[in-house]
Order: sequence, then C-alpha cells, then structure tokens
Amino acid sequence: MTARFFLRPQDLLFILVMALLILVVLPMSLDIFRLNLVGKYLTYAFVALGLVLCWGDAGILSLGQGIFFGLGGYCMAMFLELEGSTPEATKIQSTPGIPDFMDWNQITELPWFWKPFHSFIFTLFAIPLVPMALAFVIGLAMFKRRVGGTYFAIITQAFAAILTILIIGQQGYTGGVNGITDLRTLLGWDIRPDHAKLVLYFVNAGLLLACIVFAYWVRASKLGRILVAMRDREDRVRFSGYDVANFKIFVFCLAAGLAAIGGAMFTLQVGFMSPYFVGIVPSIDLVILCAVGGRNSVLGAVYGALLVNWARTTFSEDMPQLWLFAMGGLFIAVVMFFPGGLAGLYRDHLEPALGRLFGGRAPTPPGSPETVTSMVEQPR
Amino acid sequence: MSGETEFLLAVEGLTVSFDGFKAVDDLSFYVDENEIRVIIGPNGAGKTTVLDLICGRTRATAGSVKFRNTELTTMKEHAIVRAGVGRKFQNPSIYEDLTVFENLEISFPRGRSVLGALTFRRSGEVRDRVEEVARTIFLHDHLAMRAEYLSHGQKQWLEIGMLLIQDPALMMLDEPVAGMSVAERKKTAELLHRIIQGRSVLVIEHDMGFVEDIAHKVTVLHQGRVIAEGSMEKVQQDPKVIEVYLGH
Repeated sequence: MTARFFLRPQDLLFILVMALLILVVLPMSLDIFRLNLVGKYLTYAFVALGLVLCWGDAGILSLGQGIFFGLGGYCMAMFLELEGSTPEATKIQSTPGIPDFMDWNQITELPWFWKPFHSFIFTLFAIPLVPMALAFVIGLAMFKRRVGGTYFAIITQAFAAILTILIIGQQGYTGGVNGITDLRTLLGWDIRPDHAKLVLYFVNAGLLLACIVFAYWVRASKLGRILVAMRDREDRVRFSGYDVANFKIFVFCLAAGLAAIGGAMFTLQVGFMSPYFVGIVPSIDLVILCAVGGRNSVLGAVYGALLVNWARTTFSEDMPQLWLFAMGGLFIAVVMFFPGGLAGLYRDHLEPALGRLFGGRAPTPPGSPETVTSMVEQPR
Repeated sequence: MSGETEFLLAVEGLTVSFDGFKAVDDLSFYVDENEIRVIIGPNGAGKTTVLDLICGRTRATAGSVKFRNTELTTMKEHAIVRAGVGRKFQNPSIYEDLTVFENLEISFPRGRSVLGALTFRRSGEVRDRVEEVARTIFLHDHLAMRAEYLSHGQKQWLEIGMLLIQDPALMMLDEPVAGMSVAERKKTAELLHRIIQGRSVLVIEHDMGFVEDIAHKVTVLHQGRVIAEGSMEKVQQDPKVIEVYLGH
C-alpha cells in the first residue's frame, strides 16, 4: 500500500486560495505602502501558525511568543547593523567599525556575541536556532517537571518581561529601548526602496506558504495526532509508552522557530527591531490573533493575523483611543461566543450553507466520520 | 538483594504514605504468568493506588515492584509501559477527538519517539493489527467513528483495545465493567478470557458476579493491607472479608 499524500484535496484548495490572495490579489490591489503593511501583518502569521500547533493542538498556551519573534528579529537586525557599520561609514565615531549605539555607550570593542553576526550564513542559522535553543531550555525545565497550563503561561510571560528588561538595560550591547534602527542594506542590497519592499513582500509570502504546508505535514503525521491526544488525555498518552515531555518540548521549539522566521522577516520589511516586540503586550496580541482566526486551523490563524491587524491599523488611524477596547471586546467575544474563531464559524455555519447553495452534498469538516472513512481506507 | 522470582509480578513490602496516611501499607502479592488476578475491597482500600504504584504514576515510599525481575519503582512511566505493563484507567480514558482507528494507531507500539512519530507510516502491518484488535473488542464497524460518539461500554472496550495493541505481558484494568449493561458485562468477560493468552491480567472490580466469572485468584485489600487471598470460594467464606466487604 502506498502512503497517502498528506494534503487532502480540500486542504490544497484552501491553501491555493490563500496563495492567490497573498501572492496575486493583495499585491495587485494595494499600493506599496499598504502592501508593506500587509507584509508586516503576515510576519505575525508565522507566530500564529506556531501557536496553532503549540496551543491549538497540544494545548500549551505560551504567552511569550514575542520572545522568539523578537530574538529572530534581533538576529537579523544584528547582521544588518554590522553590515552598515563599516569603518568607512562610521569613521566619525571614536571607535569606527562598531554600531553607533555602542559608540555612544563608550563601548570600544565589538562584544563577542555580536562577532559571528558578520556572517550571513551564520545569521541564517541563528535566526531559528537561537530562539529554538531558548525554547528548548525553557521547555526542558518546565515540561520535564510537568509544569503546564496556567503556570506555564505565566512563566512564559515572566520570560518575556525579563528579556525586555535585559535588552533595555544593556543599552550598549543591544541598542536599549530604541532597539536596532535605521537598517539599510542586506548584502549590499538596499532594503528601503519600493521595489525592494515588493521583493521582500514576496519572499515573506513564499516563506509563509512553505511554513503553512510544513504545518499541514506535521499535523497530518502521527505526531500531530499525539499532540491532540496529549491535550485531552495526557496520562493516557504517557501510559501508552510516550515520553510526553519530549513531545511538548518539540512543539514548543517548533513554534519558537516559526515565530523567529516571522521576526526576521519583520526586521527586513520594517527596517528596525526593538524590545517592544519581545514584551508581554505583543505576546498577548499574538495569542489573540491566533484565537480570533481559530486556534485549530492553520489557515484560520493566518486570516486572523491579517484581519485583526488590518482592523487595528484602520481603527487606529480614525479613532486610536477606541482600538484597545475593540481588541479586548473582540477577544472576549471569541472566548464566549465563538471559541473556534473565524475558522470555527466558517466550519460550523458557512461551509454547510455553501454546500446547500451549490446543491451537492456539503463538504464534511475534517475529523467528522465521513472524511475519516476515506482516510482509513478499508481493504477491498 | 532479594532473589530471582518465577513470578511475572512480585510486589513486596510496598508502602506509600500521603502526608503520613498510609494508603498502601507493607503490601505483598505475586502474580503468575497467564493469571487473571482480581483485587477487591471496600472503597478507600487502596486498590487504585496499587495500580498507580505499579505503573509509576505514584512513587512508592518503600518496597519493591518486580516485573520479570526488573525493578519498576524507579522507572519512568513510559519506560514501564515499554517494558510490558499496560494500564487502563477507571473512567474510560480515550482520545475523544480522534477516531477509533486513530486511537488504536496511537497505541500501536512503534514510533514512540518524536522523530519516530513524525515519520510513522500507516503501513499495511499497522492497519492489519488495528483491524484485528478492533474485531476483538467488537468495534470493527466503528473504526472511522470519532471516539466521543461511542457508548460508555464501547469506550471501555476501546481502552482495553488500546492496551491490547501494545501486547503487554501484564494488563491492569481498573473497573472495566463499571457502568456497563448486563449484556456488555458478559461480552467483556468473554473478551478478557480471550485476551488472557500469553499474558497476565490484574483487575480491580466491584461486581462480584463478574469477579466470579473471570478471577483465577482474588486478593482482598482493606486499609492498604491484604486481608485475604485465594480462590473466590475461599475468600467468600473468610469471616474477615465478610465483615469488611462482602457482608453489606
């Protein structure tokens, strides 16, 4: 028997619709300023994607995803900053060849942990691996001791707070509260003009689509089902011979790695990285994106990231003081009235209605008896 | 060093105290290969705690649990399972969001590491084994059904099936027929008789009719201690057992 392809036809269709939207429809209908904003929203979608696996599937709520988003972003920013800090460009400094904020802070030599970021290859590896290493350590310390649920969520918040304070406090090494700003070139290529923004938008969108397909693959594997099983019956999984902690560490690291890719793409598209994105508030925002979109749906989370941020921008332009209330109200509404988020609304209401509209039999939601029959494949 | 034993499971001097309260107190018993042993006793006698101690869910304060001469009290839960000890919980503990097939597949003893689970393939062998077990537990027609839609009795069977597919040498069942109809109970007894081949079963049960039907030997617990052990007829006549348990 051959193994089945992990994407079912309807999954492929939905991914294609998403690809069409972000690769064709949005670039054709938005000016470059708006498109760049959408690109920024899509970097949050990487985090939401990780949260679907970590929170939606495995039930591990992390309120510190900003840590990994920020670290990924900082890795990229450090590379760009070093590239811009050539001795020629910084010859007016008392120590030429180091980032300007270090010079202001009377630092006269590049700190050791900055040095490897001269290498682009190193940076590419560091972007996912540094955040994943931190996630591994946190995961190892928490999950092996069976810390979970609310306690885990609070501890991740504490880490977000600690890291923010650390970055702000160590101004000479990190750029402090301003972050690393005024980033201009990537390998000699200016990232600021419109055409560069367009290219970066497409790179970002392509990466996101690749990550979406990867997330589908993980969820279709047995590991995906173990995550769901663990969420509901941790003991049963443990007493079926699995080391539950390892699976939690794995999915937490995976979510961290995805968030980091988003962070790096954020830095490239926006041109700076600051400790704000590491903190508690953006971390909670990221969870809200995921909840609104649907924490059990990979694509739902991406739509959530797009819509919530689009709403944020629109509202903030017109009535900035109301936005926070709207956001809070939205989150309460999701928790109370549609826990499945937008994806859940679609699955429960729109999909059956569409099915009736087109006469045919309604497409069955994943996991319902009918779809699963085809997955099990009875022998002929 | 205690010597080698012929028994499949040798529990000796097992004690656990929760804040000074000894839920299990210097307990010893032995289970043979291919034996169905039933543990009975009034509520709070420590029956479930004994299973928890054997499978590593609760750590013993003192004493030893030897499974085929391997000490279990220091092993991690998943390692105990991999050594061949399966455990069914009191309330049916199944994955309600997954199908019957997937429930059994997750329990299939392969691909238990992170990498193994990622690369696990639903091979013909897996499929055959799942179907074979599903037939045994009367759920062959429900493979594609989400487990939450099963009846209570079927959920109990499914969990037994999830153990069965692991092919454990010792299967521990905590009240497998609780809440079952008479017909389901009969079927479950039949099922247990069928799956006993090549393994031992340790059962906690309150239903005396059912116990009589399946037990080779009965161990009666009271306040964390063994007060009687032997065949069903023998313990039924034991005055101590009648006083604390069977009498009312």
